[in-house]
Amino acid sequence: MTDDPKTPVLPVDSPAGIDRRSLLRCGAWIGAGVVWSVSGGVPQSLGLLGEAAAATATGPTFIQLSDSHIGFDKPANPDALKTLNEAIGKIEAMQVKPGFMLHTGDITHLSKPQQFDDAAQTIGGTRIQTYYVPGEHDLVDEDSGKAYLDRYGKGTKGAGYYSFDQHGVHFIGLVNVVNLKAGGLGNLGEEQLAWLANDLKGRRTSQPIVVFAHIPLWTVYADWGWGTDDGAQALALLQRFGSVTVLNGHIHQIIQKVEGHITFHTARSTAFPQPVPGTAPSPGPQLVPAEQLRDYLGITSVTVKQGSKMLALTDSPLSQL
Amino acid sequence: MFPFHTLPGRRPARVRIIAAAGFSLALLAAAPARAETVQVTIDNFTFGPKDVTVKPGDTVTWTNRDDIPHNVRAALGAGTWKCAVMDTGGTCDITFKEAGEFKYFCALHPHMTGTVIVKP
Repeated sequence: MTDDPKTPVLPVDSPAGIDRRSLLRCGAWIGAGVVWSVSGGVPQSLGLLGEAAAATATGPTFIQLSDSHIGFDKPANPDALKTLNEAIGKIEAMQVKPGFMLHTGDITHLSKPQQFDDAAQTIGGTRIQTYYVPGEHDLVDEDSGKAYLDRYGKGTKGAGYYSFDQHGVHFIGLVNVVNLKAGGLGNLGEEQLAWLANDLKGRRTSQPIVVFAHIPLWTVYADWGWGTDDGAQALALLQRFGSVTVLNGHIHQIIQKVEGHITFHTARSTAFPQPVPGTAPSPGPQLVPAEQLRDYLGITSVTVKQGSKMLALTDSPLSQL
Repeated sequence: MFPFHTLPGRRPARVRIIAAAGFSLALLAAAPARAETVQVTIDNFTFGPKDVTVKPGDTVTWTNRDDIPHNVRAALGAGTWKCAVMDTGGTCDITFKEAGEFKYFCALHPHMTGTVIVKP
């Protein structure tokens, strides 16, 4: 059924995926809005969104926003700022206010000051603390990343990586979009890996870890560059921990995989969808009927259950938030 | 070591000169080899043609026809030339003066690669 039974891939986003052999060898299409409770590395569906929300609303919750691409105005979504605004509106309307937010990169489309400004104003309007890592679209200013670092680089190392603790969970923001090599995938680099090893040194293995970065740290689809060349080295450093959750963006669709104690999860974009791997000639903005666009856009909320290793991940499309 | 020049403006009158030369062998014979402009388009995250062969002094023009930005950067060992990010419809001209084989890629999507082969 698969060449590696330990690494089932569970795309959660698109019915189209059910026909896709390369990624779905051992997978199952689950449908949007299902909540995962991750226990001992094995995800369990808690049921439909309503029930699950009740079941998981016990611990601190944070939000993952991704790929807002402010400035994007092509047919796949003529107004990316509008859909980000909608996502923010839904977050503000949540009954339980999220403790903080993570943005997993591609805040802007072209790293322009106005695009950074618009994003900052919209996201900042929530007054919810937000932690960022850059996507490749955030580093295409003339100074190759200065615009991003001037805004978000305070207290970070290198191209913008850092860690912090919240609610007993150790969060690590990594940058895998700089110094990319011809023909390669995402890249962390030796310096960042050494920093990560040091950051994890002496840490209790019982402490839950959340790693967030733009490009998936695992290889989703190498033909489209959806992976990180030295991601395995980072994962090896995380192997000894009992609960590791890896949150990524970049691919604008939900894909989940579990390997040992590590749960991998990618979030939807708030701007435009991209095709399921292998179903189109290339990645890139996917045009869907306008009335369906909000089914493909969304956010992820993550609940930290106190006294438990489990983190509950809930993906909600903009159309249902 | 790598004397490349990014031309600031749009494609110049050179295109018209080449077109005229096509109708006049005499003109071709009279003039030494003129610098040409070779087009590379970007469609579906692919440089096309992937490999182009030009003469020293020729210019390569990249045009991004995707709905997503791309750029061009010399691969390791192929110099330090590059194109700034090109949004949809954006172009970039680079003139290659010296012979050699120059691999390049898109630094945003590094699985996109190509080669400029410069031969006298």
